[in-house]
Amino acid sequence: MYRYDEFDAAFVAARVDQFRDQVARRLAGEITEDEFRPHRLMNGLYLQLHAYMLRVAIPYGALNSAQMRKLADISRAYDRGYGHFTTRQNIQYNWPALKDTPDILAELASVSMHAIQTSGNCIRNVTSDQFAGAIAGEVADPRPYAEILRQWSSQHPEFSFLPRKFKIAVNGAPHDRAAIRVHDIGLQVVRNERGELGFEVYVGGGLGRTPIIAKKVRDFLPERDLLNYCEAVLRVYNLEGRRDNKYKARIKILLHEKGLEALRAAVEAEFAALDREALALPAAEIARIAGFFAPPELPQRPAESARVTQRRGRDARFDAFLRTNVVAHKQPGYVIVTASLKPIGGAPGDASADQMDAVADLAESYSSDEIRVSHEQNLILPHVALDDLPAVYDRLAAMELATANVGAISDIIACPGLDYCALATARSIPVAQRLSQHFGEGARAGDIGPLKIKISGCINACGHHHVGHIGILGLERSGVETYQITLGGSADEKASVGQLTGPGFGAEDIVDAVDIVVEAYRSLRASKEETFLETYRRVGMAPFKEALYERNAGSDI
Amino acid sequence: MDGMVTANRLSDGVVVFLDAAGAWSEDFHRGAVLADEAAKAAALQTAAATERANLVVGSYWIALETRGGHLAPKELREAIRASGPTNRRDLGKQALGQAPDVLPRASLES
Repeated sequence: MYRYDEFDAAFVAARVDQFRDQVARRLAGEITEDEFRPHRLMNGLYLQLHAYMLRVAIPYGALNSAQMRKLADISRAYDRGYGHFTTRQNIQYNWPALKDTPDILAELASVSMHAIQTSGNCIRNVTSDQFAGAIAGEVADPRPYAEILRQWSSQHPEFSFLPRKFKIAVNGAPHDRAAIRVHDIGLQVVRNERGELGFEVYVGGGLGRTPIIAKKVRDFLPERDLLNYCEAVLRVYNLEGRRDNKYKARIKILLHEKGLEALRAAVEAEFAALDREALALPAAEIARIAGFFAPPELPQRPAESARVTQRRGRDARFDAFLRTNVVAHKQPGYVIVTASLKPIGGAPGDASADQMDAVADLAESYSSDEIRVSHEQNLILPHVALDDLPAVYDRLAAMELATANVGAISDIIACPGLDYCALATARSIPVAQRLSQHFGEGARAGDIGPLKIKISGCINACGHHHVGHIGILGLERSGVETYQITLGGSADEKASVGQLTGPGFGAEDIVDAVDIVVEAYRSLRASKEETFLETYRRVGMAPFKEALYERNAGSDI
Repeated sequence: MDGMVTANRLSDGVVVFLDAAGAWSEDFHRGAVLADEAAKAAALQTAAATERANLVVGSYWIALETRGGHLAPKELREAIRASGPTNRRDLGKQALGQAPDVLPRASLES
């Protein structure tokens, strides 16, 4: 884990003091809401339907146990005993009082955390692969680069008032778990022919009302030019991005309007003109930051565990958990364990304070004190000894964190939707809950196999519906919730935007509609091994559309 | 159309409703039902004054309707706002007896 140096600590502490003063002046009536709003947003504080909402940054989704315990403590002391882990690897508190937020930020600062740049038209929290540093086959650990980007982008004077928000994601493994192609800048760590580290650079991806898959602007960016090149991209965007229309202000629109070649030329020209030495990353500095992310010292262990094998033989639930929620660690004898925040019928991403404490305890005892948050809204223990798996599983199961559904149909991403969010047009959580209950985690769910359902409660697409294998978008039509379905989206290295099936479905029909899509897949698949996405890509939209609209009497078309 | 004036309290963000005395209440039941344009205009004026006095933020008028014999916000958004999250009946006004007597449907079942 990165540890704050004196500069980091002083910077965060100073921001807490500033915000305390701003809140005091607001409460005393010395500044108006219009004057105050930009300040609170720059500190992650929104006003939502029921109350304020505080979005706390979890840089690249990495936490230690003390930080997780602090998140739990804050939820008990200042909120309602739970928090919501988001698709941006952050946590949101739904009920904080404005008058308490300076104290909350001070509590966060005590464990090297903050809510800076979790809102506003700036460079947001940098996201990454939740398995970083633990998964086998990584080109390199992406977290040092994410941390370097975090330091560079924090209160960057030139990029604090961009045309719109700006999101950067870094991935270090061949498989993209960080959804880099739907970010403003996506960085894929690669090695060139000479074996040197660098990045493939993708620009202009994004979801929202205009979903666009990022375009590759660079096949190889040397590691040392990471900040120079990002600076060049941001500078072009800052100058040329539209400020006349917030819906056309993201860099994806600039890419769309300017074209890839012209945007690339502008970025390369800016890059060439920069004083590249000023921001070049010296190898020693990269090594210093990487040192914070050195793999934990894990004792050698046998690759097999008799304890685990025996337990699998007599415990079907444990066996199912192992198959879905556990993946191999790069070091034999260890595994990466995903604690599911998707209990059947639960609200995706919500965790109680007690659950957070339990995960913190497990991390401390069994995972080298490390925890990760995934953009798919689950919690990860990245360094668990295989032999400890039964103990970890039992504790997770006792805390309702062991649903064996990671990557399965009930592992649904959902935004808070109209139950909490001031921007939402329809509810998301109840749709996720009903779908989860409908498909469950039994034999049928197992037969359906890997299938990502992603639900957004408005066009802003926080629930990533465009890149769901099955995406659901909640809208309001004449005062009634209506849900559109998209098929074939994906956020990985073969990213694609889902296609709309056709007219939407009423709240009463959406579960049945998804069931029809799933049953169509089961009848269309070439074999049980062919996943939903593979089948969709092979057969296309037509048979699904036919199943949905020509045989479904329940749709509201 | 019947209506009510609502806002969020500045200090803690809690949803409040303007009562007949021009004060803000956390309880939907205590909100003044505004039956005509004159009452609406007067209430909005009062609300704006309290906004300037930094008691609340973002005051506005919401439409009400009668459902199942009970007065409740017409729009789903406002019904949820006056009640609490529909997936957590233990949270928000619905947990405190301050929500409209008819809550937005919990499930999406018809």
